[in-house]
Amino acid sequence: MNELYRLATGPLLWASFAVFVGGSLFRLLELFLLARRRERFLFTYLSLRYSLRSIGHWIVPFATVNWRRHPVLTIVTFAFHLSLLITPLFLLAHVVLWDEAWNVSWPALPDAWAIVLSLIVIAGCVFFFVRRRVTPEVAYVTSASDYVILGLTAAPFVTGVIAYYQWFDVRLFTLLHVVSGEALLVAVPFTRIRHMLFAPLTRAYMGSEFGAVRHARDW
Amino acid sequence: MPETKPKDAPPAVDEGIERGIAGLTEERIRKAIRRVLSGETGARLKAYVDTCIHCGLCSEACHFFLSRDRDPAYAPVGKVKQTLWEMLRRDGRVGPEFIKQARIVASTHCNLCKRCAMYCPFGIDVAYLMLVVRRICHLLGVTPLYIQDTANSHAATLNQMWVKDDEWIDTLMWQEEEARGEIPDLRIPLEKEGADILYSVIGPEPKFQAQLIYQAAVILHVAGVDWTMPATPGWDNSDMAMFTGDNEIMGRLKRAHFETAARLRVNRIVMGECGHAFRSVYDVGNRWLGWSMPPIPIVHAIDFYHELLEEGRIRVARLFEEPVTLHDPCNVVRGGGLHEKARAVVRRTCAHFIEMEPNREHNYCCCAGGGVINCGPPYKKHRVESNRVKAEQIAAAKLKGAKIVITPCHNCHSGIEDIIHHYDLGVETRFLGDILYQVMEKP
Repeated sequence: MNELYRLATGPLLWASFAVFVGGSLFRLLELFLLARRRERFLFTYLSLRYSLRSIGHWIVPFATVNWRRHPVLTIVTFAFHLSLLITPLFLLAHVVLWDEAWNVSWPALPDAWAIVLSLIVIAGCVFFFVRRRVTPEVAYVTSASDYVILGLTAAPFVTGVIAYYQWFDVRLFTLLHVVSGEALLVAVPFTRIRHMLFAPLTRAYMGSEFGAVRHARDW
Repeated sequence: MPETKPKDAPPAVDEGIERGIAGLTEERIRKAIRRVLSGETGARLKAYVDTCIHCGLCSEACHFFLSRDRDPAYAPVGKVKQTLWEMLRRDGRVGPEFIKQARIVASTHCNLCKRCAMYCPFGIDVAYLMLVVRRICHLLGVTPLYIQDTANSHAATLNQMWVKDDEWIDTLMWQEEEARGEIPDLRIPLEKEGADILYSVIGPEPKFQAQLIYQAAVILHVAGVDWTMPATPGWDNSDMAMFTGDNEIMGRLKRAHFETAARLRVNRIVMGECGHAFRSVYDVGNRWLGWSMPPIPIVHAIDFYHELLEEGRIRVARLFEEPVTLHDPCNVVRGGGLHEKARAVVRRTCAHFIEMEPNREHNYCCCAGGGVINCGPPYKKHRVESNRVKAEQIAAAKLKGAKIVITPCHNCHSGIEDIIHHYDLGVETRFLGDILYQVMEKP
């Protein structure tokens, strides 16, 4: 177990960060080069002003017609995504690890908060799972990969909470937490979790087209 | 309303599609799909397919989905699943029957209205994806018969309706003569080099709506506009090839149109009340030719009427009395931002204006655009039944008193007329130009 833990927090951690950062940059570069080679006109229409106008509307809860049409989903999705990003960055245990390893430090969340945010992520995954099952238009387009993504996202949070409360075998769940977190990072460039990378770009392009060419709102 | 719950019905046989798939082999299909997916598309397709998180939030944007009792197969993402996702997943190994169904979905279950792009959190352009499917089907020769006939007409005559060169000139002279009965010194100036404005119309106007040319001539004459129309092919701004996937013909058409305007050395092209033609000359065709924006400024009729009224070149003698509502056509509203100008024109010409809900960029499509109405009778029933929400929207405006639906777009005009008849709504459609012609001061 100790060997495995050392492996997971040593070489595997490095590898997962490398794949996450390198893979994400590769995906973005690949898309950029493809656009340059085949659809160079895309850059002609990109407008910073209208990109930001569009992104600005869509990253604010209830700032678009469609967010307002789905109030529950809107609250869940914003709470879910924010918690998903904030928790791993500001969890005290993670901040301590950064401090020990690199002597860098930043303010951390109180543990109680981190638990609440983790539970929000888990609840969000449950919500999305149920929504995929019961909403016909979502069920129709759901494939196995959608469940895999949900599972990958929930895993580090579920195992993290279990490890924190020291339920079951704490060493096992700490190990599972580390490994599932690494798996999630690695999955970003290779699954549709890459909407994290691409969504701002597609939104920017549509915002630019609507703003600069069509003179219309896109929210 | 007599019919509130349309039943799904298989469309009548479409010879264009049946004959098209008859000669297909899997190998040929795969080649065409590969040609488009790895040769003609690029970053957009990749980003859209990779980014879509399958959330279904685009569904409620679609009038098909809403009108067909939330059938997921009619959700925008559902249409992508049935077509493009399958082609990608099976690496192009699909059969003729699949291509037939893909053509029907892409060409008759989607108006390319882009409302869903405003409902997708990521701004994924499903209309573009449906055009990619149409392109593949075009390369395979699988196209609904009626719209293929218009594309053939475009190819042979450079207009949509098989109007012959002499018939075109003859029609203009006929309308000039008619209008001179009302305004004796009116002219429809042909081939006037150096005129300020080229006035362009779609093929159906000379073919069966010649009175619209009459009305436009009166408006242009009274406003004292220095204008002209070409006596050569290139007069037609319409473009069904854009909707069949025949980009090469689209390019020929737009080149001829712009070159005609350039030959006549006009400053601007003013076009009649057509939405898809606006899309073609302002957005799509010009890009195919390498112009990021049109090489000669394009002014849609709404914009032009607005200009004439604002500048006082047209004065209103008496307001239009019957209460009106306004349909916002996708291609000039989501495609050109003319919604406020359209309202300004309506308010200047009509005494009672009632808004439809939703409106402006969020208005429901007419279900005729994107070439759907041009796919002809086999799909008419499906088309009108797929826009029950439009009927309900118009009925709600009628309850508030509206008697006239102003539809400043040819496709919308015909589509909404069909909806009014099918759902027995008891209102009438008018072009903005009809209203303006009726209320303006004439000498």
